[in-house]
Amino acid sequence: MQTMSLNMRAAILSVVLLVLFLGAWEISITRQILGEALTEYEILMGLGQQRSAIPPPSDVMIKAWEQLRDPFYDAGPNDKGIGIQLAYSISRVLSGFGLAVLVAIPLGFLIGMSPVAYKALNPFIQVLRPISPLAWMPLALFIIQDANSSAIFVIFICSVWPMLLNTAFGVAGVRADWVNVARTHELGNLRTAFTVILPAAAPTILTGMRISIGIAWLVIVAAEMLVGGTGIGYYVWNEWNNLDLTSVIFSILMIGVVGMLLDAIFASLQRAVTYAE
Amino acid sequence: MRKDFLSVERLSQTFPDGAGGTLTVFENASFGIKKGEFVCILGHSGCGKSTIMNVLAGLAEPTSGVVKMDGMAVSGPSLDRGVVFQNYSLLPWLSALKNVTFGVKARYRDWSREKVVAHATKYLAMVGLEGDVIHRKPSQLSGGMRQRVSIARAFANQPKLLLLDEPFGALDALTRGTIQEELLKVWSQTEQTVFMITHDIDEAILLADRILLMTNGPFARVAESVEITLPRPRERTEIINHPNYYAIRNHLVQFLGKRSKELAGQRSGGESQSPETVRIDMTTTTTDPEPAPTPTLLKAVNT
Repeated sequence: MQTMSLNMRAAILSVVLLVLFLGAWEISITRQILGEALTEYEILMGLGQQRSAIPPPSDVMIKAWEQLRDPFYDAGPNDKGIGIQLAYSISRVLSGFGLAVLVAIPLGFLIGMSPVAYKALNPFIQVLRPISPLAWMPLALFIIQDANSSAIFVIFICSVWPMLLNTAFGVAGVRADWVNVARTHELGNLRTAFTVILPAAAPTILTGMRISIGIAWLVIVAAEMLVGGTGIGYYVWNEWNNLDLTSVIFSILMIGVVGMLLDAIFASLQRAVTYAE
Repeated sequence: MRKDFLSVERLSQTFPDGAGGTLTVFENASFGIKKGEFVCILGHSGCGKSTIMNVLAGLAEPTSGVVKMDGMAVSGPSLDRGVVFQNYSLLPWLSALKNVTFGVKARYRDWSREKVVAHATKYLAMVGLEGDVIHRKPSQLSGGMRQRVSIARAFANQPKLLLLDEPFGALDALTRGTIQEELLKVWSQTEQTVFMITHDIDEAILLADRILLMTNGPFARVAESVEITLPRPRERTEIINHPNYYAIRNHLVQFLGKRSKELAGQRSGGESQSPETVRIDMTTTTTDPEPAPTPTLLKAVNT
């Protein structure tokens, strides 16, 4: 054990915990089904149904295998592969997030560089920021009159704040020395912004983007449950209506996996722009 | 006598003192620097050395007065005035080489990439940075190496005037010694005009052609301009044997220890305050230097 690396030991422990958890889950559900043999009366009364409806992990794994073997099938509006549903959700998240980047970063630069702009815009930001993004949904549906665009708008509005505030904070915190270096080298405003301020503030900006993408992925599930049609959020709700809990558990797992991947992408971007002083 | 390349005329700086009044840091300060001259300015903290430096760099506006370079009044920062800051001010996300090319690219915008890199590499080599070291980030360099990069960046831009703001203040004594020698070497190769702030008397004597002495603030002024009558090239180990060395050193110690206080707080009364030139030369018998302090006092100062 001593010779094993820390990572190796942690990995083994993770696998052991997973096996224990799945084993306990599997056993408790098979016991229920086996142990409580139902009388004819109970079956007729529909008792015991609810308990056995929670699927054991083996069923979920079979479901996962079926779904992941062919993730992109499309058999009508209510029967699409998990890959297609996730692709819808990801594309909404990326469009909303992309729009938020276009707004938040230039505006954040402005607020960070100009104390007047900061003071003038701060009250608006403070009022708008704590609003639950889903609260915008009715207004968005009324004004935009399109479910898909409304979902994108909700993603936009929830991802804009962390990016805006972090950009402003990062830009305002750029060391005066570095700006002086740019000034003594006669760099214009635009060149100073791109060659000094942007790289200096990049780690803080990326932190904001990472928070935003995390929130966006949380919100898209709820938004799609409301707007319906397509997407992983709609899929979860649809399977709940079908009482297909195996699919619900499987899609919950997929939401987690995709969220983790999105976070990992931004974590690596963040690492790429981070510098040591 | 050559005309001054840089002339500072009746420079005054006042700040609000926080109680409704104003605090005059210095008033009507005037002095000049000739082309190719290495001038150090010595004075206690708070006498406005850094303010003068920032005005020369164009990073701060004086309350009144002008700075003329080549007969033209300067305003705002310019590539003609390179600055080496005390805390190096390297951009931490760029390698040592990129930090230098950053400056070179800003100075010579039409140069090809190869030319920029070759020029930067040459100046890094002049301060003793060669090989893989130049591709390291500042965080991977020692304090001394960082300051070398900063000096290389300033010299590579070939400014008309180089401003050094206590460049060795944060370095240990041994590193400081090596870099001082490198600075002297680079300076003698480039014939750059240099204006440097320092707290270190020995450093000033080793490097400077002339030392400007400032009285304590408020109402500080450049009281004396002491010529360093030591032949060049100077070696740290040899100049201490020169008869002028301790005479000059004693004069400086006396000024900073006693006279800077005695002369402090004198208002200019609207007069332009130019420094009085002091020339101490023990090799000839005609001059009458300051009375030498006792050797025990000298030792106490040395430690």
